[in-house]
Amino acid sequence: MSDLPLADRTITEVAAALRAGETSSRHLTDACLARIERDADRLNTFLAIDADAARRAADEADAEIARGDGADRPLLGIPYALKDIFVTRALDDDGRPLPGGLPTTAGSRILEGYRSPYASAAEEALADAGAVLLGKTNCDEFAMGSSNENSAFGPVHNPWRESTVPGGSSGGSASAVAGGQAYFALGTDTGGSIRQPASLTGTVGMKPTYGRVSRYGMVAFASSLDQCGPFARSVRDVALVLRALAGHDPRDSTSVETPVPDYAAALTGDVRGLRLGVPREYFVAGMEPGVESAVRAGIDLLAGLGAEITEVSLPSTDRGLATYYIIAPAEASANLARFDGVRYGLSAGADELWDNYKRTRGVGFGAEVKRRIMLGTYALSAGYYDAYYVKAQQVRTLIKAEFDEVLSTVDAILAPTSPTVAFPIGAKVDDPLAMYLNDACTLPVNIAGLPGISVPCGRSDGLPVGLQVIGRAFDEETVLRVADAYERAADFADLRPPTSVDA
Amino acid sequence: MAAISREDVLHVAHLARLHLTDDEVDRMQAQLSNILEAIETLADVDTSHVGPTASVIQLENVMREDEPRPGLTREAALANAPLRDDPFLRVPTVLEEGR
Repeated sequence: MSDLPLADRTITEVAAALRAGETSSRHLTDACLARIERDADRLNTFLAIDADAARRAADEADAEIARGDGADRPLLGIPYALKDIFVTRALDDDGRPLPGGLPTTAGSRILEGYRSPYASAAEEALADAGAVLLGKTNCDEFAMGSSNENSAFGPVHNPWRESTVPGGSSGGSASAVAGGQAYFALGTDTGGSIRQPASLTGTVGMKPTYGRVSRYGMVAFASSLDQCGPFARSVRDVALVLRALAGHDPRDSTSVETPVPDYAAALTGDVRGLRLGVPREYFVAGMEPGVESAVRAGIDLLAGLGAEITEVSLPSTDRGLATYYIIAPAEASANLARFDGVRYGLSAGADELWDNYKRTRGVGFGAEVKRRIMLGTYALSAGYYDAYYVKAQQVRTLIKAEFDEVLSTVDAILAPTSPTVAFPIGAKVDDPLAMYLNDACTLPVNIAGLPGISVPCGRSDGLPVGLQVIGRAFDEETVLRVADAYERAADFADLRPPTSVDA
Repeated sequence: MAAISREDVLHVAHLARLHLTDDEVDRMQAQLSNILEAIETLADVDTSHVGPTASVIQLENVMREDEPRPGLTREAALANAPLRDDPFLRVPTVLEEGR
């Protein structure tokens, strides 16, 4: 066992302790709840918790472990958090509140008080795995943002330095895992919303291949880009959670019917002979020197482990941002049309229908969401559709083809996750374009639909830096194998934020 | 080309059924112009022989048997409605046709 406080250890460690009878799920759950309570004001990570429901689920898990039912269930009894973009069932068939049911807001006023009548696939899969749901985490409104400052419920703070952002949009999930409030958490990643906050909070975060995980019950942002995935404190932990999530779901027709491997078994620690490409276009102007040197050192370390490193080129990388900021807002403007004040959520109460649509949306949506709806509506409107939307889809073809070509010559790609470390809260809120640049290294991966992970690779200015590993479609195993080999050799795994003192 | 007018902003806001305050219209005009200017750099990319990609996965239409299955109950489906007139959702008056 490590010397870390219980709440800061990995799933792998505490699961072994659970099996050995050295701790209990109830004890782990209480340790997380104590951290959540202690840091509630300081970090603002959770939008809803139900401590009693979590303790009940923990007691059930302890009973199953006592009966010896836990052998093949590595997440049994492990406390976790869901980004508040996943619906959680909170109503029974008669429309009455279920005990322990949590609201779903997507970080927006327009859904304040919404209680879902059904469960998301993620909630169901993790309940089946025996994991203990602690609550719902704060996020940028409708997952639109790179700093978590776009939440209608206040910004999340980074436990590494509270004056800085945790990244976004899954900032609450990232800070919760970094701050010892949950052993793992789920996020969603449309342009980097898992990997970028993982990078900024020193956690491991993975976006699986588009189609690998069911999105049923995930509030939609950009349907051709969205994917869900885990944050955890080790690559092995991420592999365990991904195994529980992955697979076909008939309720999400974009989920692909393809076998789900045992991801943890892929973690051999051996990268000898693996060909890893480093795209020169990812070391962009504006990248902080400390970030570049940490990432370069990470690449050198993998070379030292016997991987063959080659420089590669993805020439359309600098077109990614423009492509993304047409496609994502266009899809968002269509997806967010459903928030009309009629079936659920806020209604402004205007006494004429069309006026009520406008007033409800005008009051309910925040500034960034409005900006993206406007941008998307403009790009799809008559006269601009071909010049913007079709053009972006054509460039998307080029970006994907370049990835396919490079990944036919190398087994995976290494790159920075984010060009900067965590920046001060407020530093970029008035400059949308500067904010969008945070995702320059992550959004091309969504455009191409590939799997990507961010793994901590040291610090710059005292704040965490992330190394990104990008793989072929449905080859999460190689991505995880490279990240795990790196993590073991680099020995940053036990780094925790300075706030991790117990309690 | 990138500079968009106040009228453009109001037109798009109407298409999106989005009420904006006067301040928001001003801000949106400046910010959208900046963002569009950055986005229009795509015009330089030669895509004359490139097809569009709408989705990265090559899935055929996914069909299922058309069989009745349990779904949401009426009560559960209506439970979040701001206005209801059981067993219906209620909406405010639609004043004019064709607006």
